[in-house]
Formats: sequence, structure tokens, C-alpha cells
Amino acid sequence: MLYDTLIQPFAEFEFMRRALVGAIAIALGAGPVGVFLMLRRMSLVGDAMAHAILPGAAVGFLLSGLNLFAMTAGGLVAGFVVAFAAGLVARATELKEDASLATFYLVSLALGVTIVSIKGTNLDLLHVLFGAVLALDDQTLILIAAIATVSLLVLALIYRPLVLECVDPGFLRSVSGAGAPAHLAFLGLVVMNLVGGFNALGTLLAVGIMMLPAAIGRFWARDMTAMILIAAGSGAVAGYAGLLLSFHTSVPSGPAIILVAGVLYAISVLFGRVGGLLRQAFPGRHLEA
Amino acid sequence: MIGKGYAFVALALAGVLAGGSTAAQDKGAEKKIKVVATFSILDDLVTNVGRDRVEITTLVGRNSDAHVYSPSPSDAKLLADANVVVTNGFGFEGWITRLIKASGTKAPIITAVKGIKPRRMQGGESHERDQSTTDPHAWQSVANAKIYVANIRDALIAADPAGKAAYQANAAGYLGELDALEKEVKDAIAAIPAARRKVITTHDAFGYFKDAYDLDFIAPQGVSTETEASARDVAKIIGQIKRQDIPAVFLENITDPRLLKRIAEETGAKIGGTLYSDALTDDKGPAPTYIDMMRHNIRTLTAALTS
Repeated sequence: MLYDTLIQPFAEFEFMRRALVGAIAIALGAGPVGVFLMLRRMSLVGDAMAHAILPGAAVGFLLSGLNLFAMTAGGLVAGFVVAFAAGLVARATELKEDASLATFYLVSLALGVTIVSIKGTNLDLLHVLFGAVLALDDQTLILIAAIATVSLLVLALIYRPLVLECVDPGFLRSVSGAGAPAHLAFLGLVVMNLVGGFNALGTLLAVGIMMLPAAIGRFWARDMTAMILIAAGSGAVAGYAGLLLSFHTSVPSGPAIILVAGVLYAISVLFGRVGGLLRQAFPGRHLEA
Repeated sequence: MIGKGYAFVALALAGVLAGGSTAAQDKGAEKKIKVVATFSILDDLVTNVGRDRVEITTLVGRNSDAHVYSPSPSDAKLLADANVVVTNGFGFEGWITRLIKASGTKAPIITAVKGIKPRRMQGGESHERDQSTTDPHAWQSVANAKIYVANIRDALIAADPAGKAAYQANAAGYLGELDALEKEVKDAIAAIPAARRKVITTHDAFGYFKDAYDLDFIAPQGVSTETEASARDVAKIIGQIKRQDIPAVFLENITDPRLLKRIAEETGAKIGGTLYSDALTDDKGPAPTYIDMMRHNIRTLTAALTS
């Protein structure tokens, strides 16, 4: 019975196994990135970046149809340009990062829409850019896995300056020049993970699998490492449970995954060990010496 | 009042966008009546009835999806200038009511499906969610297309009584062609062994075809292209293909092919080719007219199912 509900769908259907592998790979890469975004108070940056990527992917689609390579390359180029330009402006001028990002992504979005309408097709782009987590082919899976691998390696490499920048950017700037390159590399990771995510979940929901697990992690750990582990883990659990939900009810798979993550988040808000509502109401005894 | 205001803005905008070209068109089309068709298949049917007495514009072009089209201000201008507007009906163009209102057009709005018995989407296999919706893809049965043609003929006669004889002659000739087409389709299906008359398509556009010609279609996406498939739908279809030994799956020109390719790979069913359901192709494609489309579909089906 339990086996039938929890495991049998994956044992019987290859598309379910592929979807699971894809969802877990995305969670592993995007979760940790999301934690850093959250700690740097850039939670909405993911959303802005997703909008910046969309036109690039759309242009790739217009030029060569539903071609994984063209759409991914288009999305990466658009995302990198926006992220780096916004990052540079924020570092070189008085304009804060959020403001410069907002301007760049809106310009990118407008440019994308213009190009699409000049080309004049009515095949609904948003629809094509819907994720197809149930239709992952070898190519797409390899791309997603590669992105997760690169993300983890790069994060390991820039971990120290990145953490320092989260807690005390002024101090980091005074002792080391590693801040700027680490920041740009990190923005690059955000773009890559969003592009990987949109192949499976669609541009809009890809942000969900990045930010929701990070917020969940925040409620269960104070320690950076633990937070990252919880984020990646809860993302993977949401992927697994969301696919099961979609299998047993008739909820579309992409939204199902994010909805499960939303439920996990609600539970964390209530019961989380760190700052959860119940915890605040009943703090427990103070430690006594 | 608001509608008029919007139409005026739309007119102004479209005028700016289109530049001088509108004036030139007006001159060239002195006598012709202006017909706006909502999508490419209606365009083709109107062309065959109206021939050189009408000037046709299509809102949703070839190879494009009319389920999720978003109209532009120039579309409102087209409607406002039209003498006749031809729509499919049965809720196929969900966006048309608002567009008509916004354009403030005085033209008669023709519903081409008038007189056709609507086909309710059955519950059951893959879309219990869409139980109560009407299947709008009525043109997939040639018998229904003949009703379309009759409706269009009557509408054109009403709008342009001087051309009555021409419209009647054109329609009669075209109806003859459709009769031949229907016979061809029936013969082709009859040649497929009854046990193999099952196929999978991307979205459920072939209900009328199924009823008229006794060929079973199963689709993961439901009747509109707007819905996203769930894991359960996909699993059901895979199970069904394996159980019933369904020989082939078919792609469509307007929908996302990735899911069907996955299903084909997983079940060993072969991809039988591309079917054209909701939109014609351009002149270079295999389905530039309604008759070509039906002929292409039936050939693709028989080729995959009889081999």
C-alpha cells in the first residue's frame, strides 16, 4: 500500500524517474543559491532575473524553435548581461543594486517583447516557456545536472567572501578585493540556475524552487551550512512530493512542486525552531548556569 | 461610450502604426466587401465561397494557436472596418466577445457552427476536469464544414445581395469538392483494420473527426491548449498505449511536442507525423487549405496505422 503510493509511480514510469532526477538536481543547485540571495536581502532579485531571462529564451525560440541549446544560450546571455551590468552599476555608482537591476531587467523585457512582435509569431511564448518537467529528455537532464554541479563547485570556491559579504560587506571591502568578483560570480550562478530551472518548471516557477526552500531553511537553522543543507533537502522533498501529488491527483506537475514547497514553508513558519511563531509564543526555559 | 472611446484610440494607434498603407487599400478594394475571419481555416472557407468579391483578413494567422491569442489594437480596427465578421463559435475564440465590444463594429457577426450539434466533452479517459465544456473543433468533420460553408454563403449574400448568384455558384462548387473529400476520408479509414484505429495526439482537437469517422483519439492536454498535463494524465496515457497496443502518436503544428516525444519514447509507439488541427500552414507547408489539411491528416494517419 505504502509502496504503491510512494514508490510504485517511479518504479513503473520512466518519465517520473526523469522528472524526479531533474527536480532533485535543480533543488541541489538552486537551494544554496537561494539561501545566499535571501541572506543578502535579494529575495526578489530571482524574480527580476527570471523576467530578464525570458526575452533571451524567447529570442532563442524564435530563431530556432524549441531547441534546448538556442533557448538556453539566449536565456544565459540575456541573464548575464542584465546581472553583470546591474552589478557593475551598483558597485561603481550611487545607485543601489535593486534600482539598477529593476531598470536593466525592465529594459531587457521590453526589448524582448519588441523583438518578438517584430518577428510576428502568435505561437504563445509563455506557453512554450512553461516547464515540461514530465518531458525531460537526456539533453535537458544533462544540462540541469551540469548546472547543479557547477553551482556547487563555484559556491565552494567563493563561499568565504560570499558569507562575509552577507554579514559585513564594509569589512570585506576593507580587507580584500575578493568581494566584487565573488559577487559577480554569484550573480552568474543565479542566472544559470534560473535557466536550468525554466527548462523543467518554466521561468516563473523556477524562482519558486530557489526561494521557498531558502526561506524554509531560515526557520530551522542559524548556522549557514545547516541552512544550506536544509534548503537543498527541502527542495528535493518538495520535488518528490509534488510529483507524487501530481501523479495521484490531477494537479499539473510544475505548480504541484511549488505548492508542496509552500506547504512546507507554512509548516516552518508555524513550527520552525528558529523564530517560528509557536516557538516565539512558548520560548521555553532559559538556560541557567 | 467607453467602447467607442477605446475604438477611437485603437483606430488612432493603428493609423499611426500602419502609416499610409490603409488609404491605398481602400482604393484598391472599391467594390469588394470586407470580411474578417478569426482564424486560418475560416479564412480558407470564406475564400472559397467569396472568391474575388470579398477581401479577407485573418486575425490569427497560419500556424498559430487561436485558443490563447491576444488581440492587438489593429485587430479592433479591422473589425470596425469590416462588413462581415466570421467566427467559429462554441467558445473557440474566447477573446472575441471583448474584442467585438471594444471595436464597436456594426458588422454582422457570423457564428459558423450555427446549426451544428455541439459535442460535449465526455468525462472519462483523460479529462474529467473538462466535463461540461463544448468541443469547438467542429470543422474536423467534413459534414460540419459543409454547414460552415452554407452559413458563410448565407452571410455573404445578406451582406452583398448583388453577388448572390456568384456566391451560390461558388458554394455549390466547393460543396461538391467537400463531398468528394468526405468520401475519400471514409474510404481511407475503412482501409485501416478496426483494431488499429487508435491514435494519440497532443490536444483533444479531433472529437468530431472521431465521431464522424470512427477513429479513436486520445490526448494528454485536454480540449484546449491552455491546460498543462499532470503526471496522472501522462501515466494514464502511457498505461493505455501499452494495454491497448496503440500503434502511433501524432504531433500538431500548434502545440509543444516535447511531452508526446517523451511518451513515444517510453511506450515504443512510433511518432506517426504531424497532424494539422486548428491552423493551416503557409503555402510551402503541407496544409495551405482546408481540403489539403484534411487530406494530409488522413494520409498521415493511414500511413502510420496500416503499415
